[in-house]
Amino acid sequence: MKIELRARGEFTEWRDAAREALCAGVPPRDIDWNAQGGEHGLFDDLSPSPPWGIAPAKVQLSPAMGWGEGASVSVLGPPPHPALRATLSPKGRGEIRVPPAFLTLAEAVICHSDPARFDLAYRLLWRLQTEKHLLGDVSGPDIVRAHAMQKSVGRDSHKMKAFVRFKELPETGDRRRFIAWFEPEHFIVARVAPFFQRRFTDMDWIIATPKGSAVWDGDTLRTSDEAAEKPEIVDDTDDLWRTYFAHIFNPARLKVKMMQSEMPKKYWKNLPEAELIPDLIRDAEQRVRDMAEREASNSMPKFHAALQRRSFPSPPRGEGGA
Amino acid sequence: MKKSLRERLAVLSDAAKYDASCASSGTSKRDSSKSGGLGSTEGSGICHAYAPDGRCISLLKILMTNFCIYDCAYCINRSSSNVERARFTPEEVVWLTLEFYRRNYIEGLFLSSGIIRDSDYTMEQMVRIARDLRVKHNFRGYIHLKTIPEASAKLIEEAGLFADRLSINVELPTDAGVEKFAPQKHPANIRRSMGALKIKIDELSEPTHTKRRKRFVPAGQSTQMIIGAEPTSDATILKSSAGLYSNFSLRRVYYSAFSPIPDASKILPLTKPPLVREHRLYQADWLYRFYGFGMDEITAGKVDGMLELNIDPKLSWALSNRDRFPVDINRADKEMLLRVPGFGVKTVMSILMARKHRRLGLDDLGRLKVSIKKVKAFIEAAGWTPVSLIDRGDLRDMFAPPPEQLVLL
Repeated sequence: MKIELRARGEFTEWRDAAREALCAGVPPRDIDWNAQGGEHGLFDDLSPSPPWGIAPAKVQLSPAMGWGEGASVSVLGPPPHPALRATLSPKGRGEIRVPPAFLTLAEAVICHSDPARFDLAYRLLWRLQTEKHLLGDVSGPDIVRAHAMQKSVGRDSHKMKAFVRFKELPETGDRRRFIAWFEPEHFIVARVAPFFQRRFTDMDWIIATPKGSAVWDGDTLRTSDEAAEKPEIVDDTDDLWRTYFAHIFNPARLKVKMMQSEMPKKYWKNLPEAELIPDLIRDAEQRVRDMAEREASNSMPKFHAALQRRSFPSPPRGEGGA
Repeated sequence: MKKSLRERLAVLSDAAKYDASCASSGTSKRDSSKSGGLGSTEGSGICHAYAPDGRCISLLKILMTNFCIYDCAYCINRSSSNVERARFTPEEVVWLTLEFYRRNYIEGLFLSSGIIRDSDYTMEQMVRIARDLRVKHNFRGYIHLKTIPEASAKLIEEAGLFADRLSINVELPTDAGVEKFAPQKHPANIRRSMGALKIKIDELSEPTHTKRRKRFVPAGQSTQMIIGAEPTSDATILKSSAGLYSNFSLRRVYYSAFSPIPDASKILPLTKPPLVREHRLYQADWLYRFYGFGMDEITAGKVDGMLELNIDPKLSWALSNRDRFPVDINRADKEMLLRVPGFGVKTVMSILMARKHRRLGLDDLGRLKVSIKKVKAFIEAAGWTPVSLIDRGDLRDMFAPPPEQLVLL
């Protein structure tokens, strides 16, 4: 049996298909999970509706939404799966119960970019029906694999929270507007978007990625799983940030490996500060040498002398002549 | 001529980089969805960038000013240093924090300052920055203020209403060190301030019947000491940390390897910062806080009270306490599992959970991403008994890194 999925991180898409397959008693080895939109498979006999793999209509961000110029990002409605929605009622035949921990795990696994994720998630669901304590067997190969995927999705989500960089767009209304371009490894945009909504509530923003985008306008958070295009925006504040990055670095403690394990190179191209890194590394040793060779100076600043003349602890009001 | 904002940012972040802490974790959970403002904190902190020194950049870590009336030998900003000086206005600090935050560069602000005019004046300006961020700008990101120890209790209390974390640096591990290198600072005052803050935190975290609890320094207080500027042993340092943790309920003690600074004072070593030593101290600190070790156990029998640099303190403890091994991973209690070199807290929790299902062997550990090579001498598992290993005379050599070949000068 072949199951076609859009496979862009939407959990309900897999869940509905898996629920149906499980109710029909189809064992994992008989299902061929096929990522991304082809023709209909599993539900051919269940539903006469049009194939649900087709791309939903594109909605261009319109000036009317206050998001016109400067943002060349397309935003889509949620991908409709009419066939599934029509044929699967939640209270349909055979209710399936799973431990809450499975849902948490499967939701993460389905966001992973590995095409084998659907099969793995279904195998776990299948085994759970007879092995009630499956999830506790944390050293079992299937669970180990699922946990590894969950961890990878978690890490990618964490890095998205860390490495998204907003750039400001020209103001048009009373709310400030920002846009970010990010390239996640997995299909995590919808999963992580609420974090940005909770944090950047008082400004409008778009996060655009090749795996989907999210838009916040102060009222509604919308996400799409369609690929967006990279916007070209320049934000002058990036210069101040680069200044900070260069100066908070201590050349006497160079630890390049440590930096790279936490900030892998694949993220660098969208980080404004990353362009400084090669030079900072190259010059570090020389800077430390220079520091060591320069003897402590014998002259002291004037205000130090002034301070010394007065008795502590009632220092002068002068602050050194800023 | 007045320096531009960018030039001053360069000076005042240069001045701040010797502070180790950049933590933005452990505070109360909050966000802006109801207030419609800006900012959130959601438990674990976020490192938004890493500098090539491997340190996380989570906060905008700057000094309000690096003018200072104090002359602490180890400090780049001491009054006798010829370092370039600059000063931000409170408005500029607020602006930088908000604009950096909006672009998702940072989790919030870590503000410290040289002391200008006097302690209260300086502290007042810092409190004003925190208050403006919270009250005027509805900012809910993270704020860490480096408290001026001599500032009045009232100001420190006010700071606590706006900041997530307050810290007061003990500066050096011993009183004698502080008196020698920071003659205008007084260890007794530093401790008094820490104690007062602890009492206030305790008092305000008591639930009352009549009114809601105030949010007061939800991420607690921390401190920092400089390592390697004077000859204090690790045993003394760790003993001092244990005292700080238990007396003042500190969340963290940071160890900062003394790093050569431009225009350094002549009384200090201009050598490479002892980074490995600093790392071992953090490991020991971790063992104390999360693995149930006592500081005295960790430093027992160490030559000159110094932790070994070539192996980590947990392995070192295991090698000197071989009678406690091997540990049966299928039967041992949590406390003992935590003492196995190569097991982290997460691994131990996984073992405890997995062994309810079956007897665990080395292959199970492998799937939990444990290094079998590292642990197998110390454990018993299904199908594995290491008796001969733990008694080996060369066990230590199996773990120590291979000796480096010397190079000609």
